[in-house]
Amino acid sequence: MILFGITALVMLASSIAAVALRNLVHCALAVGLAFAGLAALYLQLGAQFAGFAQVLVYLGAVAILIVFAILLTGGSEPQREPLVSPGSWGGLVVALGVFIVLAAVILSSKSTAVPPGAPPPASVRQLGEELMTRYILPLEVLGLLLTAALIGAVIIAMREPEPD
Amino acid sequence: MTPLQSCLIVSALLFAIGLGGALARRNAIIVLIGIELMLNAANLNFIAFWRFAPHPPAQTGIVFVIFSIGIAAAEAAVGLALIIAIYRHRRTTRLDQINSMRG
Amino acid sequence: MAEGLDQVFVRLKQWLIGAVPGHWQPLVSALISVAAILAVFAGLFAITTVLERKGLGRIQNRYGPNRVGPWGILQPIADGLKTLTKEDVVPSGADRVVHFLAPLVLVVAAFLALSVLPLGRNMVAVDFDSGVLFFFAVGAATELAVFMAGWSSRNKYSLLGAMRAIAQMISYEVPLILSAVAVLMYVGSLSTVQIVEAQGGYSGWLPRWHVLTPWGFAGFVLFMIAAAAESNRSPFDLPEGESEIIAGYYIEYSGFKFALFFLGEYIGMFAVSGLAITLFLGGWQAPLPFLEVVPSSLWFFGKLLALIFVFIWVRGTLPRLRMDQLMNFAWKFMLPLALLNIGVTGVWRFMEPGWPRWLVCAALIVGPYVLLGRALAENQGLGRRTYKYGD
Repeated sequence: MILFGITALVMLASSIAAVALRNLVHCALAVGLAFAGLAALYLQLGAQFAGFAQVLVYLGAVAILIVFAILLTGGSEPQREPLVSPGSWGGLVVALGVFIVLAAVILSSKSTAVPPGAPPPASVRQLGEELMTRYILPLEVLGLLLTAALIGAVIIAMREPEPD
Repeated sequence: MTPLQSCLIVSALLFAIGLGGALARRNAIIVLIGIELMLNAANLNFIAFWRFAPHPPAQTGIVFVIFSIGIAAAEAAVGLALIIAIYRHRRTTRLDQINSMRG
Repeated sequence: MAEGLDQVFVRLKQWLIGAVPGHWQPLVSALISVAAILAVFAGLFAITTVLERKGLGRIQNRYGPNRVGPWGILQPIADGLKTLTKEDVVPSGADRVVHFLAPLVLVVAAFLALSVLPLGRNMVAVDFDSGVLFFFAVGAATELAVFMAGWSSRNKYSLLGAMRAIAQMISYEVPLILSAVAVLMYVGSLSTVQIVEAQGGYSGWLPRWHVLTPWGFAGFVLFMIAAAAESNRSPFDLPEGESEIIAGYYIEYSGFKFALFFLGEYIGMFAVSGLAITLFLGGWQAPLPFLEVVPSSLWFFGKLLALIFVFIWVRGTLPRLRMDQLMNFAWKFMLPLALLNIGVTGVWRFMEPGWPRWLVCAALIVGPYVLLGRALAENQGLGRRTYKYGD
């Protein structure tokens, strides 16, 4: 429980840093730490495979992609504009409101006030069998989606040939 | 607070942080980071319900998270490719300056 | 007798754990494993540096280090003292926090990867149900460390080196993982311990190592090439090409931090070689039945030293690749072959044992290899090298 609290605090602090820091590269590194903290939370909840997949995909691919995008768009220098532009304080208010509503609902709901049971079984073998039988269609669709995203990303980011 | 509730509160906070970042900042990359954080908050909820729900139906929670991670990777790749393509045209990643339809 | 000798370290650990009260046992067990891994692999690092310099010297027809101690074998101690006492220089424009954290992240990630490797019978620090996935996941963290080092130094060469390194690591991660997938599929487990156990026993006099099957051999070769690229070893050492970008992402590091980078690179090489041994070379299994009296951990480290020797040999032999050659090789050659290898593994799994299986699988691998190689060589005009003035 204490371990859970510490991990959650680190994760939340680094995710605040990820959206609030001025230097974009620091934001990217902070979001990497937040992803790692989330993976640690998954591990504490017993979801080993999901935790490792989280590290592999988010830390190894998404964080790196963000870093590459920052460098390619010349954003590695600190930004000089105000952190929150004048017209968008409303955004923060909305976010705060959303959190208050969510927290109220969670704390008042009866269905979340259940005592923790025994951890459900989570072997990789079971997971693989489920993926290959019950969830085979979503898996195939995901493969298709990833292929489409791969091709799409390459075409979008490809330098257009100079018109003669 | 039960463990399930504390997990859900953490994930609600994470969602709010992501939402606040996506709405308040003007840099396209930060907005994308905020969206990723919101997606992750949803994933944390799935794992928490899988672990603590009274009748965990097999591995559904974890399977959903794995699909969600895969989709998030695709989303990040396409989103960042879009940002790079826009930067080539406009030389900026500030969303309030990308406001006209003409390139 | 042989059994006792094999398990001497395991017994020692159990005895040490038994000496503390029950509440502390998990912590003590973890500490002992960590201390053992740190000590053994740091020692191996010291040995490898001197072996590498000696071996390269022999290949290049010179002596190598021969002044400190007999035959120069105490050279690592002198090197260690030198790096420890050197001044730690941080560039004035550098991002100090990130500059400090980068080598730490690299070394920690590299050592974490070692924790899932079975170093001998019953000798594994943690037996995760998804151990191989853990290995690749912490490997992904090193990419971020490389970027942190390159970016925080505020030096165009270090940033170039980091960008090269990340592009290379991401490209070669794909064939690396895909060639491992063939083994995972055949064994039906992600646990490193179970993968090693599946390679136990002998068919005839041949051990049941995966490398001794057509798909296993192809997978092993692909894995080792990708491993050389992942650990930035020659001929894939563009990220730190001394003659072009001086030393790549750790150009601005000196003293102990530089030593940490050096350590991280070598530990990464040990880790990925260890995974190759686990996946393809039967882990700690002995090659022949009568050799099983030799303790299992000796087999593991013997195989590890053999693979390290191959790395040194390759470094002394091959010239560095160009960036476009590197990328073309990964995406146009290794990726299709690794994908094909997964299919061939399936064919091998479902055919009856016997020579037709060998023939079909070997043909399925060698045929595309030759065709793909020819097609790529013709496309790029990469025929036999001709010398204009040499003759």
